Amino acid sequence: MDFFFEVLVGGLLAGVMYSMVAIGFVLVHKASGVFNFAQGAMVLFAALTFVSLVERGWPFAAALLATLVAMVGVAVAVGRGVLRPLAARPPIVLFMATLGLSFVLEGLAQWLWGAQVHALDLGIEDTPLDMGGLLVSRFDLVAAGVAAALVAVLSWGFHRTRAGLALRAVADDPLAALAVGIDLERVGRWVWSAAGAVALVAGLLWGARTGVQFSLSLIVLKALPVLIIGGFSSVAGALAGGLLVGASEKLAEVYAGPLLGGGIENWFPYVLALLCLCWRPQGLFGEPRVQRI
Amino acid sequence: MAATPLLSLEQVTLRFGGVTAIHAVGFDVHPGEVLSIIGPNGAGKSSLLNVVSGVYRPQQGTLRFDGTPLRAGGPGRIARLGVARTFQNLALFKGMPVLDNVIAGVRRGPTAARRSQAEALLEFLQLQRWRTQPVGVLPYGLQKRVELARALAAQPRLLLLDEPMAGMNTDDKHTMARVIVEVNRQLATTVVLIEHDMGVVMDISDRLVVLDHGRKIADGRPAAVRGDPGVIAAYLGQARHDQAGSMGGRDSVGAASAAIGSWRAT
Repeated sequence: MDFFFEVLVGGLLAGVMYSMVAIGFVLVHKASGVFNFAQGAMVLFAALTFVSLVERGWPFAAALLATLVAMVGVAVAVGRGVLRPLAARPPIVLFMATLGLSFVLEGLAQWLWGAQVHALDLGIEDTPLDMGGLLVSRFDLVAAGVAAALVAVLSWGFHRTRAGLALRAVADDPLAALAVGIDLERVGRWVWSAAGAVALVAGLLWGARTGVQFSLSLIVLKALPVLIIGGFSSVAGALAGGLLVGASEKLAEVYAGPLLGGGIENWFPYVLALLCLCWRPQGLFGEPRVQRI
Repeated sequence: MAATPLLSLEQVTLRFGGVTAIHAVGFDVHPGEVLSIIGPNGAGKSSLLNVVSGVYRPQQGTLRFDGTPLRAGGPGRIARLGVARTFQNLALFKGMPVLDNVIAGVRRGPTAARRSQAEALLEFLQLQRWRTQPVGVLPYGLQKRVELARALAAQPRLLLLDEPMAGMNTDDKHTMARVIVEVNRQLATTVVLIEHDMGVVMDISDRLVVLDHGRKIADGRPAAVRGDPGVIAAYLGQARHDQAGSMGGRDSVGAASAAIGSWRAT
């Protein structure tokens, strides 16, 4: 039984890492209804910028701040160069634009900082910690703590700040938001900046895990089943979806893997997502889409 | 009234493809007045309001707000200039609580001041009881009031109301009419409204502009407009059409007096 719980806890903590990528998608989708395919590229861009600055001798805090500024810069540039010219176009057009944006960001990151793999050391020891008989990764615990703090900050921002109110208003009804004088472009900059900050956090944790390299932008593919299960526009859903995916894929790998020849954790989340689509297409926390005619 | 008009329209023409919705309409709105735009269905009233609030851009003509021309800028910019509006079919943030809807309308001040201003408006419009409920679950009449509260939260200089009493019962209509008059008198807000209830319109308006088929056919004090032959004819045509449809035809004089009678009944 201890073994079961160890796998479960390990899976849940791994799931937190997926959630952190998914939350970036949720922010942009919530505010604009756009699936931002470039979120993965933003993770790569942030991690690569950070690690390159650190390697050039910048202190941790300065590098963090500079990368944050860079991500805000990306948000402003996206607002000017992509969102403004494509304002009021259907979501599919914007989705295609983010697809292009992901190539631009991946290219830019590697053009600026090179394409080699960087090791990233956040100074967190990845040693197992004995918690009442269960062995838990210290790094995973830190990651979970960071994720919890991130969700708390975002939730506070949504519900207690003026920018959050404007964002919820835009998410609820963009035309009504326009009618009360909310500046949609400014809200767009806020959301993309927040998504950039989330990408930075996710990039640091994932980068410390796997090394900072090109494949970091492919964690989009890990976030997709999480989003389908949790719903595209709920931060809580992204968190729950990540936990569910993380736990179930690890349990499936350990218990069902040997029967199916192993390696099933790569496709298992998609099967889960498929089932979810059949049963509850809007995701566990998503709101059903109501079409009034 | 000799001062600069708060809003002035000159030769405003709006076309949708080949259809001319508004044809060279011009009038002034003076500071502090309540002006009603009336006219049969399809006369172009809502389109005109949408032009003023920046939703539609007219092909011809000029709009001036407090003397400065309103060029392209869209609804966001016009809202920030001090024009607030409500919509015929409501445009509320349905998933958000009543209070948050109203706070979203506040344009100035630190966060705490915005909240207290919104609370004061809820009290003014007697909405405190529903302050934490999502707007989407409230009855229609209350939603209309929330939308008005949100528009007032901007402390607008010009308030545009698109059928504020549509679909309301008599009590709610009276409340709404009283609120509009209070807003106009106490907050010195200039009001332009579209309304079909002629009793209310005659009661609360300082001036009427009558549209028919996109053209302005009358402009003046309620008493003058009421006796205007052109207006009677426009409503006569409307009445004849309506009556013929619903009652299988009556003589046109009877239909006309029925239409005008509904103005005088209240």
